[in-house]
Amino acid sequence: MKALLSFLAVIILILVATFGGSVENLHFLFGIIIPYLAFVMFVGGFVYRIIKWGRSPVPFRIPTTIGQQKSLPWIKQNKIENPTSTLGVIVRMAMEVFFFRSLFRNTKTELTQGAKGPIISHGSAKWLWLGSLFFHWSFLIIIIRHLRFFLEPVPVFVQLFDSIDGILQIGLPPIYLTDLFFLVAVTFLLVRRFVVPQLRYISLPADFFPLFLIMSIAISGMLMRYFYRIDIVAVKQLALGLAQLHPVLPEGIGAIFYVHLFLISSLFAYFPLSKLMHMGGIFMSPTRNMISNSRMVRHINPWDHEVEVHTYAQYEDEFREKMKKAGIPVEKE
Amino acid sequence: MAKPEKIKTPKPGEIASSIDFKSPATDWMDTPTEIKPGNFCWGAKEKDLLTLGLPNPRQWSPLDDDWKLPEGWKSTILDGLSDRLSKYRSFKIFMDICVRCGACADKCHFYIGSGDPKNMPVLRAELIRSVYKKYFTASGKFLGRLAGARELDEDVLKEWWSYFFQCTECRRCSVFCPYGIDQAEVTIIGRELLNLVGLNIDWIAGPAAACYMKGNHLGLEPHAIKGNIESMCDDIEDLTGIRVDPSFNRKGADILFITPSGDLLGDPGIFTNMGYLMLFHELGLNYTWSTYASEGGNFGFFTSNDMAKRLNYKIYAEAKRLGVKWIIGGECGHMWRVLNQYMDTWNGPADFLEVPKSPITGTVFENARSTKMVHITEFTADLIKHGKIKLDPSRNDHLKVTYHDSCNTSRGMGLLEEPRYIIKASCNNFYEMPENTIREKTFCCGSGSGLNASENMEQRMRGGLARANAVKYVQDKHGVNVLANICAVDRAAFPALMDYWCPGVGVYGTHELLANALVMTGEKERVTDLRGDDLPGKEGNE
Repeated sequence: MKALLSFLAVIILILVATFGGSVENLHFLFGIIIPYLAFVMFVGGFVYRIIKWGRSPVPFRIPTTIGQQKSLPWIKQNKIENPTSTLGVIVRMAMEVFFFRSLFRNTKTELTQGAKGPIISHGSAKWLWLGSLFFHWSFLIIIIRHLRFFLEPVPVFVQLFDSIDGILQIGLPPIYLTDLFFLVAVTFLLVRRFVVPQLRYISLPADFFPLFLIMSIAISGMLMRYFYRIDIVAVKQLALGLAQLHPVLPEGIGAIFYVHLFLISSLFAYFPLSKLMHMGGIFMSPTRNMISNSRMVRHINPWDHEVEVHTYAQYEDEFREKMKKAGIPVEKE
Repeated sequence: MAKPEKIKTPKPGEIASSIDFKSPATDWMDTPTEIKPGNFCWGAKEKDLLTLGLPNPRQWSPLDDDWKLPEGWKSTILDGLSDRLSKYRSFKIFMDICVRCGACADKCHFYIGSGDPKNMPVLRAELIRSVYKKYFTASGKFLGRLAGARELDEDVLKEWWSYFFQCTECRRCSVFCPYGIDQAEVTIIGRELLNLVGLNIDWIAGPAAACYMKGNHLGLEPHAIKGNIESMCDDIEDLTGIRVDPSFNRKGADILFITPSGDLLGDPGIFTNMGYLMLFHELGLNYTWSTYASEGGNFGFFTSNDMAKRLNYKIYAEAKRLGVKWIIGGECGHMWRVLNQYMDTWNGPADFLEVPKSPITGTVFENARSTKMVHITEFTADLIKHGKIKLDPSRNDHLKVTYHDSCNTSRGMGLLEEPRYIIKASCNNFYEMPENTIREKTFCCGSGSGLNASENMEQRMRGGLARANAVKYVQDKHGVNVLANICAVDRAAFPALMDYWCPGVGVYGTHELLANALVMTGEKERVTDLRGDDLPGKEGNE
């Protein structure tokens, strides 16, 4: 039901886009106004969310320590997972952001009934890590590849990505590896939400919607490239115009392009409102980005305040006689 | 009001076969919370909330329909939520960025032991996230349930109470989360909100009140503390022929020693405490106990940030009053999360103390140069490394030992090698549990964060199943009969858990094992270990 609603929402978006793409008079709206609007919402929303998070202070130093602390000189510290230096934190964050270190740790818990009682095993489980890694990296490379539409001349690194990505030289135009990886990965991420019972139970429409949306973007893009060939020169004209803030509207691009563009615009606009903000949030997560030196350097809580305490004098007043009788020294005889 | 009654705990086989990881047919928002005997702790008592000055003191029972919530409780909670969103970046980010990838789902010991989907960390956080969305996000306001949002009502509040007291703040989920989302942080804030309307549990509010007034969770008064420790000294004398003579509240000592009060009363905690006494005596350490700051642990931490700070205050205050140079802390789990990540921020700077320096080895504990508080296993490991104490590990040859990392010392500190070093120097037979169940991936005892009561025994046995199962593995494989640890809650909670899931495994503090092996100057020949069991080769000598 939750998945169906999300799926329908994406279908509606596609229908709207198809309509917009088929009606010549709406091309200005769908080709220029909406993309600009979406871009502004994305950047504005993203910055707004980051600032909002930043406004809440970090009162305590609470890194999750995932390795040996720095203590005695002869005990080997885990300088990355329990970092006491800025460099350590940078490496730790880089491992999380680029290689999904924590997901790599994933295990699968299984319970079986043995002859002598239950047996719980915690085997390695790397599929989620692998799927996520392929998904995010493919996505990034695809975005970089797309820069060839927005930049003239096309930078060397973009050309490089393009040629490596198409290295297999299968078909004409060559099939991009990342297109395949991306489609497989996004399908995997979606399928596991249906197949794994726990995951099906916790999934919300907000989990299915972005997956369907991203999948539809990928499919529309691939249809354009491999099946319904569109006028690439015209697309580049439009993209370049958008990037240079001199939008032009070349004719004859084809409705499917407008579908692709509108779905991307939808993703951009939706991004800051959603869980997709994990892209920014991970950098600010206090359990990962803090130096673990709380016994070495005092951390200051900006909203720290006085609290009511029970002082020694109050304690002694209550127990003085008993203390004296037991031979425990007191302040006031 | 419903009266406490004797609750029967199901048999291990019944629990094991009842765990089902298939989720219920109804959506979690439509699945009512069951307050089931054996799976919850009694509500906080009126007198304790009065002692602590916490809101809404009254007698109430979780089994009653009417929890006697205060007038306007809903706005109290929502205002409290808003306040904490603006005070804790952690909380705000954790509310916003979870993608529900499910990596944490099967990492929680309560989920593993119960199969209840609301015990998956992701869903436990969702209990509060759904309310956050409803009242604090645009999508939740307009899309409601479609955005995963829901109204706050009394049932939701009861659900929070049930599940935030089915989380031991162990942080295991946070290790596996790709964004480091820490359910402990969510639970800590969830419990703080519940406390705003008087919804704590007795097992937390009681000890917190005792600690506030009397200095320790057990409520031991000064003469009782001294008496208990002196009777331990009698036992030590019987065992070794050496009279240990500790001091109390003594000005002029170099070091203040603070341990969880659980070590002062009852088996097996007292054996660990005897270990401290014997070690310090052998070293001739100039140290003192305090009856005022007689608690290392902090049940305030399970109540609210302010309450934790109020209880923690005594440690530095007493160190200052007595004029010591630095502080050693005993074996405890959550105590060390607090001392490591909170104490200095709350009650520092401890600029009246000196950077800790071992008077025996001269080692300067640079890692504690600001808090001035050293973990006893850091202190002892340093002694052993420098050959300052003589150990005879064969005295522990009747023991086959495995070691349990406390949640808080591993994931809120990273104290992993120090205790192992001590155990390996003190025992010849040491076996690690499977890799995914130790160190930073250690499993909770199932009774942490104030859930070590007796009325929730079924919940505790379920929560501890993952831990116990790993112990069972080394018990079957290597004949392990000792579960060593560095935590007073472990020492209180594990005996029941071991008896339940892997009978025959005893629970030992690390310094008890050390003291067994410790060759003291001028001691008589020992024939038993600290708890009176025959030493290997000395059977029947008496």
